[in-house]
Amino acid sequence: MTQKLNTVAKSIYEQQGREKNPRHSSNFQKKVDVFFHWLTALCAILMLVLMVAIFWQLVSHSWLAMQKFGFSFLTSQAWNPVTQEFGAASSIYGTLVSTGLALFLAIPSSLVIALFLVELAPPSVGKVVGYAIELLAAIPSIIYGMWGLFVFAPFMADHVQPVLGKYLGFLPLFQGPPMGIGMLTAGIILALMILPFITAVSRDIFQMVPPVVKESAYGLGSTTYEVTKKVTVNYGLQGLLGAAFLGLGRAIGETMAVTFVIGNDHAISASLFSAGNSIASTLANEFAEASEPLYLSSLMKLGLVLFVITILIQILAQLWLKRVGKRMGGGL
Amino acid sequence: MAEEGRQENGRWPVIVRSALPRKLADFSIKVISSLSALLGIAILAWILFEVIKRGSAALNWSFFLHLPTPPNIEGGGLANAILGTSMITLLATLAGVPIGLLAGVYLAEFGQNTRLGSVVRFTSNVMMGIPSIIVGLFVYTLLVLPLHHFSGYAGAVSLAIIMLPIVARTTEDMLRLVPNSLRESALALGAPRWKATLGVVFRAAKTGLITGVLLAIARVSGETAPLLFTSLNSPFWPKSLSQPTANLTVTIFNYAMSPYSKWQEMAWGASLLIMVAVLALTVVARFVFKEAKK
Amino acid sequence: MNVNLNEMPDHSGRQQYFRLPDNRTSNSRTPGNLTSDNRTSDNADLNAAPLVVQPKISTRGLNFFYGNHQALTSNNLDVAPSNVTAIIGPSGCGKSTHIRVYNRIFELYRDQRATGEVLLDGENILSPSVDVIELRRKVGMIFQKPTPFPMSIFENVAYGLRLHYKLTRSEVAEQVEKAMRHAALWDEVKDNLHRPGTALSGGQQQRLCIARAIAIEPEVLLMDEPTSAVDPVATAKIEELIESLKSMYTIVIVTHNMQQAARVSDFTAFFYEGNVVEFGPTTQIFTNPSNKQTEDYITGRFG
Repeated sequence: MTQKLNTVAKSIYEQQGREKNPRHSSNFQKKVDVFFHWLTALCAILMLVLMVAIFWQLVSHSWLAMQKFGFSFLTSQAWNPVTQEFGAASSIYGTLVSTGLALFLAIPSSLVIALFLVELAPPSVGKVVGYAIELLAAIPSIIYGMWGLFVFAPFMADHVQPVLGKYLGFLPLFQGPPMGIGMLTAGIILALMILPFITAVSRDIFQMVPPVVKESAYGLGSTTYEVTKKVTVNYGLQGLLGAAFLGLGRAIGETMAVTFVIGNDHAISASLFSAGNSIASTLANEFAEASEPLYLSSLMKLGLVLFVITILIQILAQLWLKRVGKRMGGGL
Repeated sequence: MAEEGRQENGRWPVIVRSALPRKLADFSIKVISSLSALLGIAILAWILFEVIKRGSAALNWSFFLHLPTPPNIEGGGLANAILGTSMITLLATLAGVPIGLLAGVYLAEFGQNTRLGSVVRFTSNVMMGIPSIIVGLFVYTLLVLPLHHFSGYAGAVSLAIIMLPIVARTTEDMLRLVPNSLRESALALGAPRWKATLGVVFRAAKTGLITGVLLAIARVSGETAPLLFTSLNSPFWPKSLSQPTANLTVTIFNYAMSPYSKWQEMAWGASLLIMVAVLALTVVARFVFKEAKK
Repeated sequence: MNVNLNEMPDHSGRQQYFRLPDNRTSNSRTPGNLTSDNRTSDNADLNAAPLVVQPKISTRGLNFFYGNHQALTSNNLDVAPSNVTAIIGPSGCGKSTHIRVYNRIFELYRDQRATGEVLLDGENILSPSVDVIELRRKVGMIFQKPTPFPMSIFENVAYGLRLHYKLTRSEVAEQVEKAMRHAALWDEVKDNLHRPGTALSGGQQQRLCIARAIAIEPEVLLMDEPTSAVDPVATAKIEELIESLKSMYTIVIVTHNMQQAARVSDFTAFFYEGNVVEFGPTTQIFTNPSNKQTEDYITGRFG
């Protein structure tokens, strides 16, 4: 039997011959392999190139504005296309406030919903809520914008803001006419948008706590709340912080949803009811009208500011997560 | 048993804490958690409901077949925008996915434990967090400003740039799930590296890769901001992509901000379309993956 | 509530009462009645008069289910106060499942349930009216894998104290030190109490968990294979610990290591496929078991 195989193998080899078909020669394949290696590396490096290119382009196109305004751009509240005076202060303020409000609302909500999913929900309910969260995360920003502008803002104006104004109106936060659109609504919609993301990550982290550790805590006579607060959260603290960071990064760059409901007013006001703007919303709204070079350059400069802030947050988040050892880039 | 008092075992006189406030706190948190989850679902339902209700009112044959007409004239549709979005997304996919796949291949197959690999990985994670509006600005400076006109091509490029890191990272993750023994078997048979990767490893990771690509497409088809600076919008058929190209998302933005109720209605119709497309893609992607896992 | 010895059903056909070996005295709060009438024949050779005491934990007809699968069938078992009771048997015979009923930790999982009675000091702890938190204060548990909480060593031991008791800071520190001394850990870590609990070695971590459990001064300590994940030197230390702890607590230890059971326990129960096959004083079980299955297991014929 073995003899027969040898003869068969020999004859195929003899028939084909290694040299007859150059496409099957190992030299050729080696060259293709090298090409393949370089091709893939090039595609990978392309991303590095793009990042640098983005930064470079933004810097070079904001040069005009940088020459004119310098660093006072960051602190000036002016925004006047007529007199060509531009300052980023109101946009930065709006970005920070709307994002801060979003995190303030989303983080505790995400934690309790994750608690629900991991400790309280029967498996079928947990599945349904899990799907709902994934769907919420997949909805595009512009849909949130539409819903926000046409459905939620009127709801806020008619039912929520008057109540807030009546009972908490002594606080400067809740003063002013209940217009519906404005900082508060923008913050709430942003919170809705980052909620599914932070919830999913928190749920994964809660599930990473080994059951034995939880059983030990229960075994000492703790309630579910105590186990979660003192053991689970501590166990996954770093991961949870990383999730919060990523949520922050997402909220800061959110454009369409915020543009629809923030009102687009270049003013800084203490009240959450008032309109404002964020960097992204200003870019979206005013780009079409920016015909003068200085206007355009100022918008570019705004974009540069946003880019720098985002990059810093992302880098911090990635470094932090690397320390934690869990890869979360990608996510939903 | 759970009252305050001296512990009665004679061993250790101490004040036992009443368990009642603890249980109350526990119960309250449980109630709050359940209500929050319920609220989350309720809001999702609310959003879906409103979009479906208002969007379907605007959808009719004319919506799918006709060009837009001025707001005070009856009829008209967004056929050009539907076509435009499809074309731009398709083009973006054709450009972004292969490059993303190859980049992912590099990261998974050649870039493990290399300096370049970790730098690229880190960069793509960071890149995924860049606001899409910045990408739009970038492509504007590259492809719109110098050429002095907006174009569908520029729009496709911006979407491709957004897709790139997403596809690269999911590709890497999926390829890394393939056991090394499979790779080694292919190589041991004498297959060259590129054939082993594209033939065997890809086939093994097929469903995961498809899921990643579908999710990336779902993500970019709903994008508006980058298109604002690149393909802009147009009331005409997208005959050539080197001109401003009609698309659904920018249309929604323009129409929604307009004072015309007819246009606002059409914005809802377009929103419904976009939402259905994105959610359908997402569900299919997850479903495909789940089925294959079995 | 005193248990009526004559009416107690038992598995092996003998009357169940606790024969405390002569060199020990009962430390329980309810000294039993001396009954010379109920001696069984195979105990006639022992010199001391048999002391009858109320079992600390008394299991009657316990059945346990994982979903539809029955894991424990009609278990009857008595655990003597201030003694060490070992539960031995091959893997999967229900040993851990059994003791996990004693502190109702199985209730964390939806599809697990228990029927029957488990009496702690005469009170059925499976009854829904029982306060589970109070139960767990009295019945502590040590797990197979050491489970230090993500906090400092001090905070780990103080965890239960803070939950259940109102103490001043110095009282907490005092109690923590006391618990750690009893767990033979104090000298090794007293200068590093603020290091994280996870920074200790495996054996130290397990002793930390023991300190944490005894800090709240439970009445019963359940140990589920406490030394199986720990090196031999630490195992020896923990066994010494069990010996010293037993005067203060009732200890139930599940172990797959028969030599360990023979070394540390006063009473042993042999489980097989969810049933209590035999139960009695350790010396008797290991030298003269009444049941063939027990003998087969002890001599290594299976398991």
